[in-house]
Amino acid sequence: MAKHKTHFEDCDVLVVGGGMAGTGAAFEARHWGRDLKIICVEKANIDRSGAVAQGLYAINCYMGMQWNENQPEDHVRYARNDLMGMVREDLGYDMARHVDSTVHMFDEWGLPMMKNEKTGRYLREGKWQIMIHGESYKPIVAEAAKKSADKIYNRIMITHLLMDETKENRVGGAVGFNMRTGDYYVFRAKTVIVAAGGASHIFKPRAVGEGMGRTWYAPWSNGSAYALPIAVGAKMTQMENRIVLCRFKDGYGPVGAYFLHLKTYTQNANGENYEKKWYDHTKKMVGEYIDHHPTPTCLRNHAFIQETMAGGGPIQMVTTEAFQDPHLETVGWENFLGMTVGQAVVWASQNIDPKYTNPELTTSEPYVMGSHATCSGAWVSGPEDLSPPEYFWGYNRMLTVEGLFGAGDTVGGSAHKFSSGSFTEGRLAAKAAVKYIEDQKAENINVSDKQCENFKKIIYKPLENYTVGRNEITGGTVSPSYISPIQGLQRLQRIMDEYVGGIATNYMTNGNMLKRGLELLEWLQEDLENVGAEDYHQLMRAWELKHRALTSQCVTEHTMFREETRWPGYYYRGDHLKLDDENWHCLTVSRRDPKTGKFTLEKVPVYHIVDEKEKKKAS
Amino acid sequence: MSTFVYMTRCDGCGHCVDICPSDIMHIDETIRRAKNIEPNFCWECYSCVKACPNHAIDVRGYADFAPMGHSVRVRREEEKGTISWKIKFRNGTIKDFVSPITTKPWGKFIPKLAEAEKPDQGEIRSQILYNEPEGLNTKKELPTVSKASFKKGVYY
Repeated sequence: MAKHKTHFEDCDVLVVGGGMAGTGAAFEARHWGRDLKIICVEKANIDRSGAVAQGLYAINCYMGMQWNENQPEDHVRYARNDLMGMVREDLGYDMARHVDSTVHMFDEWGLPMMKNEKTGRYLREGKWQIMIHGESYKPIVAEAAKKSADKIYNRIMITHLLMDETKENRVGGAVGFNMRTGDYYVFRAKTVIVAAGGASHIFKPRAVGEGMGRTWYAPWSNGSAYALPIAVGAKMTQMENRIVLCRFKDGYGPVGAYFLHLKTYTQNANGENYEKKWYDHTKKMVGEYIDHHPTPTCLRNHAFIQETMAGGGPIQMVTTEAFQDPHLETVGWENFLGMTVGQAVVWASQNIDPKYTNPELTTSEPYVMGSHATCSGAWVSGPEDLSPPEYFWGYNRMLTVEGLFGAGDTVGGSAHKFSSGSFTEGRLAAKAAVKYIEDQKAENINVSDKQCENFKKIIYKPLENYTVGRNEITGGTVSPSYISPIQGLQRLQRIMDEYVGGIATNYMTNGNMLKRGLELLEWLQEDLENVGAEDYHQLMRAWELKHRALTSQCVTEHTMFREETRWPGYYYRGDHLKLDDENWHCLTVSRRDPKTGKFTLEKVPVYHIVDEKEKKKAS
Repeated sequence: MSTFVYMTRCDGCGHCVDICPSDIMHIDETIRRAKNIEPNFCWECYSCVKACPNHAIDVRGYADFAPMGHSVRVRREEEKGTISWKIKFRNGTIKDFVSPITTKPWGKFIPKLAEAEKPDQGEIRSQILYNEPEGLNTKKELPTVSKASFKKGVYY
């Protein structure tokens, strides 16, 4: 243990994670807190970290208020409809009213925005999306964070939050280790903004072996956004609301530009529009929600899954018409090269030229996140002017732990933020954190050496597990005393896949399966005390796994609690196969007691702060 | 796909190690060159390929679903502000694409807020963020919703 040097860093604002939300937080914190010490800690290198590491070809959340294209209340209606009614409208409205100023800054900073030649406005891909040449999106915003923070620490994985020992339920910082040097880092902080990533790889992915990393969401997004707050007893919301993506097969290349801009469309193997076929069937499950416009994403997934199970596959995207236009063909390819290069590789390897071949689509394994078309995450306070009493406790984006803030994937309830909205939410959280400090709410924080030493022992234990266990055996990967991070991960993925609604069961689960899943997860948690790491890289994988496992427990508890099928196409409760507005038109909120590890769940009212404009008929 | 490194081109400079978001590019201590230590955690994000000054890193489609004989090569030129791609199909078809990566000299138009004008007193208690409401370009105040319109529970 002595070989791991301890570094202490005291600061005012600690940003955990330097992705879109974290860079936004570091930037805005400096504006409001000129003399504050602002530190950002990133697991990788902020120039290429987070979900936007490889770039983006569109900004999916832009109102265009300056041209009266959309207003924040329109976005609330859109996100609410897509999530079958279940969002935090105060958070969504708040993000939407600020997001344009974020996008205008990106333009000013040098992010190449495509323009509509006739109007001079940003080129729309769809109602909410604008098109960009965003290969360098992340390095550009990282530059803003680097210019703002006092220090950026790369290659440090934050494993735990520290708690203040003076005042109950107040955060005191965070700890982690440097995966290059192995050194231990203690960040004592007045406020902490968790801006870490959502969770890929908690459900078994379709790809196996070498291709395992080809998940839709980045494999380095390991659920720290959830595990860090869950571990200190922060309340979480809508964790059952996992997302399944309908994407191009194998590469999970994006379909947004194809549907919206290139006007391609889907068909079954016989060339039929299969979505219509499943209308009556879906109506029986969800009632009038199937008539909403646009059709909620989960319900389109539902038709895809039903059609595939009925033998209508493979489902194809009809590209051969649009791709005859050379400009649209270029857009189609560059769309991948700018954000999902892997899809271009798959098509090149399989000789799929979408000009002549209609490529196949698939539905992905489930993911848990708070920034895309889904809203799992922490239960946070909204802004003072928009939030009803149940949603407001003093500071915007503050969790139910004092001084602990969230942004991006961390924040639950505010769906459809995407990259620009996550950056914006980081800005909102940072301003509130500075105000919290100015209001002298962060005085006399005490984090004892004992607390720090205790975490140090816990963090490095996987190295010791390996060293001791390895001496028992001659070689190989099989030990009676430890499991490796990859072995543990594959066990987690099978439990989630088979019991909690993964691809193995076509997203089906029920109360009995979930109960069994929770038992198996409990044993996995116990065994993770014995995870063995050969080196610091594996130590990182070990802690990623622990964060994924804790996230998974929370997801499973939530899935068990909501006794309805709210989002067919994302998952099904076979014992409650219908949407049930009478009993479940509400948000679910959980809390894990840090002392006992037991979860308690409750229903919380969903406020509709924006009315429904007018009833629109489904197209 | 997963990345691999050509023996004769890599000089062990470590740019790929420094940038890889998944921490899977490491220097092999025996041959003193980079290698992918964990292909099954590669997202094919091309960060390392773009960062390599010797173009020593390439990608071979994932073994579990990609037939061999293809390639997707890239050259990212920061000073020119462009990125160029060459896609080669298994059947030999070639496609080339070039896109801009920035419109401004690198980093020059990103403000250093510590030196910028300070926010007005009291603004910390408002709802506005940096450069708002001006930065919204609406010539209006930041929008809000009257609390009188809130409705609890089922609305639809």
